[in-house]
Amino acid sequence: MTNLVEVRNLMIKATTDAGRVVEIIKGVSLDIADGEIIALIGESGSGKTTVALSLMGHARPGCQITGGEINVNGKNMAALSEKERAKLRGTDIAYVPQSAAASFNPASTIMEQVIEVTRIHRLMPPEQARKRAVELFRSLSLPDPERIGGRYPHQVSGGQLQRLAAAMGLIGDPKLVIFDEPTTALDVTTQIDVLKAFKSVMRAGGIAGVYVSHDLAVVAQIADRIVVLKGGEVQETGTTAELLSAAKHPYTRELLAAFEPKRRQAHADAEPATNQLLRIDNVTAGYGAVRDNGLPLIRAVDSVSLIVEKGRNLGVIGESGCGKSTLARVIAGIHPAAAGDIVFDGKPLRRAAGKRSQDQLREMQIVFQYADTALNPAKPVEDIIARPLAFYHGLDKRKRSKRVDELLDMVRLPKALRYRHPSELSGGQKQRVNFARALAANPKLIICDEITSALDTVVASAVIELLKELQRELGLSYIFISHDLSVVEAICDEIMVMYNGQRVEQITPDKVNAATHPYSKLLFSSVPKLDPTWLDGLVRDPELVSQYGHR
Amino acid sequence: MARAVASRRSFLGHSYNLVGVVASLVILAWTLVAIFAPYIIPHPIGDIVDDDYFGPMRQGLWLGSDYLGRDMLSRVLMGARYTVGISLAAVSIACFSGVVLGMLAAVTGGWFDTCLSRFLDAMNSIPSKLFGLVVVAAVGSSIPVLILTLAVIYIPGAYRFARALAVNINTMDFMTVARVRGESTAYLIGSEILPNIIRPVLADFGLRFVFIVLLLSGLSFLGLGLQPPLADWGALVRENIGGLPFAAPAVVVPSLAIASLTISVNLLIDNLPQKIRDRDT
Repeated sequence: MTNLVEVRNLMIKATTDAGRVVEIIKGVSLDIADGEIIALIGESGSGKTTVALSLMGHARPGCQITGGEINVNGKNMAALSEKERAKLRGTDIAYVPQSAAASFNPASTIMEQVIEVTRIHRLMPPEQARKRAVELFRSLSLPDPERIGGRYPHQVSGGQLQRLAAAMGLIGDPKLVIFDEPTTALDVTTQIDVLKAFKSVMRAGGIAGVYVSHDLAVVAQIADRIVVLKGGEVQETGTTAELLSAAKHPYTRELLAAFEPKRRQAHADAEPATNQLLRIDNVTAGYGAVRDNGLPLIRAVDSVSLIVEKGRNLGVIGESGCGKSTLARVIAGIHPAAAGDIVFDGKPLRRAAGKRSQDQLREMQIVFQYADTALNPAKPVEDIIARPLAFYHGLDKRKRSKRVDELLDMVRLPKALRYRHPSELSGGQKQRVNFARALAANPKLIICDEITSALDTVVASAVIELLKELQRELGLSYIFISHDLSVVEAICDEIMVMYNGQRVEQITPDKVNAATHPYSKLLFSSVPKLDPTWLDGLVRDPELVSQYGHR
Repeated sequence: MARAVASRRSFLGHSYNLVGVVASLVILAWTLVAIFAPYIIPHPIGDIVDDDYFGPMRQGLWLGSDYLGRDMLSRVLMGARYTVGISLAAVSIACFSGVVLGMLAAVTGGWFDTCLSRFLDAMNSIPSKLFGLVVVAAVGSSIPVLILTLAVIYIPGAYRFARALAVNINTMDFMTVARVRGESTAYLIGSEILPNIIRPVLADFGLRFVFIVLLLSGLSFLGLGLQPPLADWGALVRENIGGLPFAAPAVVVPSLAIASLTISVNLLIDNLPQKIRDRDT
């Protein structure tokens, strides 16, 4: 029997500004059988999305498919005309994008957009299409399937929108669905629902799928086979179980190793607990009009207290919108608290950064999630790192230059990088520069706001290792804010769980399985494991889910 | 797409295309003329050298003569001085003040931003020619008055443009980082924002220069610009408008001069050399 998809020796090239031709995909071959789900996994830039898009015969602007065959359902997508390909898209092959929020038109209802495919291809009358859509909504376990189609995209949650995007893809009864990192932007608790829905719908319809992701644990739940890509070439292919238990290729092993970061050695010789670096008491902050009691209308952080000890790390974990980033901004003084006290290194701190002394500002640095926006794109790396040196320490040009070299060395970047602009660096390199700038101030405390979430697994684990090393060398403390439990576990001595602006629980990493608060339990149990049977075997307390999950 | 790539050439790490090169050559030529005009004009601009008025092009009087029989070539070359000089001075003042105020408003925010924005919006709502008329009527026409009037008319536009760009930059995390570091406002606008908006600001500078050339020519055409015997291109068109029925070069040439300068600046802005960003070469 021939396979549904047979890609043979696919070559894709891109043309750069200077007219140079770069090979992006260098001879990729893969097969997908009917009803089989394969995962394309690899770091960013490995070509996984490019390969997935080529299955629709599509190459992004500036790229051309230059060689090889892409046989989907007996037709060579590479050789068809654009018009013929358009006929197949939506009916034979469908695509579910990474960010459903950006893919829906905010100006028309969800139902209109979901059934648009049937209208374009004249598959069925609108009435029938609506009925079919409602069936799909039901099988994707969306709430209120009869009426959810009448809403507008901003009226449903991110996880729901992602499933609605899947419904849009499935309405034309495709034989192959391409999922492009569909759960990357979702919270872990939501991700589970979406994954479960995808899996059951695909299995019920016997639909083949391509699942593009960089998260091995997610892929393990949904895929039958995994294809590992790097540098535009297939590194390894195997069934999910094979690949997870007996990876042959070094890169695959690296990916697997990155998934289980080494726990931080608990400080046996830790100083006594009285050595407080930062203490905040009953801090409340938020947005909107200030009411009579002096508190803002919407409280993003609600009476939170915490203590960070010298040389130790505190992790703050919670879903998006729980107030963890606001908490970081409150501590740094970017968003002044409405109530509560902040004591840093024994002295009370003013709430607004503008009113703190230069030394207080220097000793507490904040590192942001997106290095892209945290580094001024118009300046070379050396200027970015040298500014705190001149500003706080008043070093002259020669000393600054020497120190920049040392700092680059500290974050394991080659010295030659100092002349580059941020746009010429990779994501991991940018985040290291971002961190080097914070180190340049000689801080005592660094607040890390989701600094690894924009990075690939392998790169992120390297950054975490770097942070641990620097801590040993420099005696820093970190407040580590993340939605990713494995990251927080790897580096923190204490984990604080936040929900809805409040601190619900604080525990140590080794007691994660013995969480007492129901939300912590739900959160910790929702983190995907590398075990392929984990999702199917997962039983969650329905009461918990309805109370805390955003379905 | 493929053709656009092919017609671009590269030089010193920048790629440029033919239209941009021609436009910059025209601008360069007019700039040189403006600087060296007094040394290259064949006749003094006030001398009547022709017996006829609106004389045709001929040897010795390459662009014919004007309505008094003066040499047109000399008058156009000297006119470049006034048109380019006054406009450049005005646009520099307008863009400098507008951009600095715009960045300041974006960084400071609050009441300063609100008051300044409303005030400059009000300024913007005054028709520019009318404003020029009133000022000239009140204080008379001289080169400094013209420069300042033109600058004031174009400050609100430059302000709005710079503020809109700076507001976007202001929301970036690196601005937050700089603020939390305790940087001064001068550093924030000069070192963090300006390098990020300088290219569009320069493009806007060119465009505003064109507007000012046209407005100055318009004012001069109405008789409110430079006073005789000095004449910029707009004034040249006006004083020779009587030659239009005879298709005299005296009225056509200054019009072409205005057109060639403004169109070239426009084309140059649309075809600025692009820096080639190619990581691996």
